[in-house]
Amino acid sequence: MTILSLTSVSKSFGALKVTDDVSFDVAKGQALGIIGPNGAGKSTLFNLITGNILADKGTVTFDGRDVTRVSPMQRCLMGVGRSFQIPQPFSNLTVFENLVVAASYGSGLSERAVTDVCADVLERCELIDRANQTAGSLSLLGRKRLELARAMATQPKLLLLDEIAGGLTEGECQALVATIRRLHGEGMTIIWIEHVLHALNSVVERLLVLDFGRVIGLGEPAAIMASREVREIYLGIEV
Amino acid sequence: MAYRVETRTTASSLAAVAGIVLIGVLIAFPAFAGRGLIQDLFFILTMLVLAQFWNLLAGYGGLVSVGQQAFVGLGGYAMFGAAILWGWDPVAALVLSGVAALLVAVPTAFFAFRLAGAYFAIGTWVVAEVVRLLVAQWKAVGGGTGTSLPREASGDMWGQAAIEALFGVRSAAARDILAYWLALALCVATIGGIYWLLRTKRGLALAAVRDNAQAARAVGVDAGAMKWVVFLTAAFGTGLAGGLIYLQKGRISPDAAFSVTDWTAYVIFIVVIGGIGTIEGPIIGVLVFFLLQSFFADYGSIYLMALGAIGIVIMLFAPRGLWGLFSDKTGIQLFPIRRRLTGGRLAKSKE
Repeated sequence: MTILSLTSVSKSFGALKVTDDVSFDVAKGQALGIIGPNGAGKSTLFNLITGNILADKGTVTFDGRDVTRVSPMQRCLMGVGRSFQIPQPFSNLTVFENLVVAASYGSGLSERAVTDVCADVLERCELIDRANQTAGSLSLLGRKRLELARAMATQPKLLLLDEIAGGLTEGECQALVATIRRLHGEGMTIIWIEHVLHALNSVVERLLVLDFGRVIGLGEPAAIMASREVREIYLGIEV
Repeated sequence: MAYRVETRTTASSLAAVAGIVLIGVLIAFPAFAGRGLIQDLFFILTMLVLAQFWNLLAGYGGLVSVGQQAFVGLGGYAMFGAAILWGWDPVAALVLSGVAALLVAVPTAFFAFRLAGAYFAIGTWVVAEVVRLLVAQWKAVGGGTGTSLPREASGDMWGQAAIEALFGVRSAAARDILAYWLALALCVATIGGIYWLLRTKRGLALAAVRDNAQAARAVGVDAGAMKWVVFLTAAFGTGLAGGLIYLQKGRISPDAAFSVTDWTAYVIFIVVIGGIGTIEGPIIGVLVFFLLQSFFADYGSIYLMALGAIGIVIMLFAPRGLWGLFSDKTGIQLFPIRRRLTGGRLAKSKE
């Protein structure tokens, strides 16, 4: 069953076409990776899905509804959870309170009703020991985990991860990837933009390659990574 | 073991008990205090109400308004208008004070919310000046020179006769006591109401929007609606306080009722030196302000310069105010809003 589908979506900033006739579907339970060189339009594509940027042309359908013109807040309520590339915690709130906001507003439940949801997400994202620490005092890995946990606390049907492994050490990266793989194993649908390819490829089943706003490859990761076009354009390897 | 959320601390439990005792003492105060003391307490209570609402706006909502005097003045004039034109009892007319402020707050917010930061501050100030100039044209309530409450209104308010009989005081003193009790009730309701708001999920969302509006929207918080709730609540409460202040004064004029110094600059001073973004801050701030004013107000403009200098020193060396300084050192909070997760795996790790 398809949860998200983009049909001929385009977006320009002035003369610059950052998203050029992009179409793809994501099935429920699937994990899709998005790669591409800097400036390829990955973050814009992401923001088109979350609603932070509205498309000039084409349609975005989420969970059977046309959401092309729907606000980010509404999309969150419908089940689109996102992490930010640069962590954006509510710094003066504790880790737990960060999740309470997300859980109670993202799902419309009362504060009392979400305590267990938040504790459960904190356990799954390995942040439970930091529950009562202010978010501003977390390490980078902690803040990345918080981005993940806060998005999960809205009880999303689709989880969008924006370069969540960037800037982490190898050990930290592996720990975070293990967490994401487990969430995906539990059935979470994920779209993940990432430069750290080995992290990405250890989780996703499909890979989408963007270049100058166009989709230049979509398919099984090993095949995509091996294709001549991707190696030339994305990895800059002379073949 | 299940997870639980705790908010209370030992200090807050003690503070709750002390607070209830203090309210009891303050209610009984007119029985043994002189008229001067009652007037001083009235001033402290009403300034505290104004400070709590400004703190809600700026400290929690991030809306730094310099135009709250618009709502004080409107509150005062709505009460005077109803008493003079329709012969309403001034106490009953206080409801109109809040409503009038609310009605003007809606279009004010509509325009001012298009502005951000310093522009918002100036925008609200301009609105307040416009309202002052308009009210000065209203001849029925004295125009630019102002007017006094008619004798039949100021001498025969609800409950005034009973207070005269109870304490054996004259009419003017009875009005002070009546105004004092109303101010006490408004102050308790304000602090209680704001504390309640901050303890609900709306309060948490407010803090989230203040920290990061974009991220708040991404988790489903309607940041725009939060601003409306805060601005309209503050306008209503500030209008009520304005009505009450002029009920006690018995005389009103546009320049006094819409004074940016009296109703906004002093209020900002109180919140900033006490500690912005806390409920305790304005309480400390208003006491400091009252002491400064009682001792130094006779020095005129030197006094104002000294207030400014104190404000600057505190902002530089204790940006979170006197209460922030104290709270950081001791960890004490009288109105805690921090939700602590306990039980479950956290309980085991502690053992």
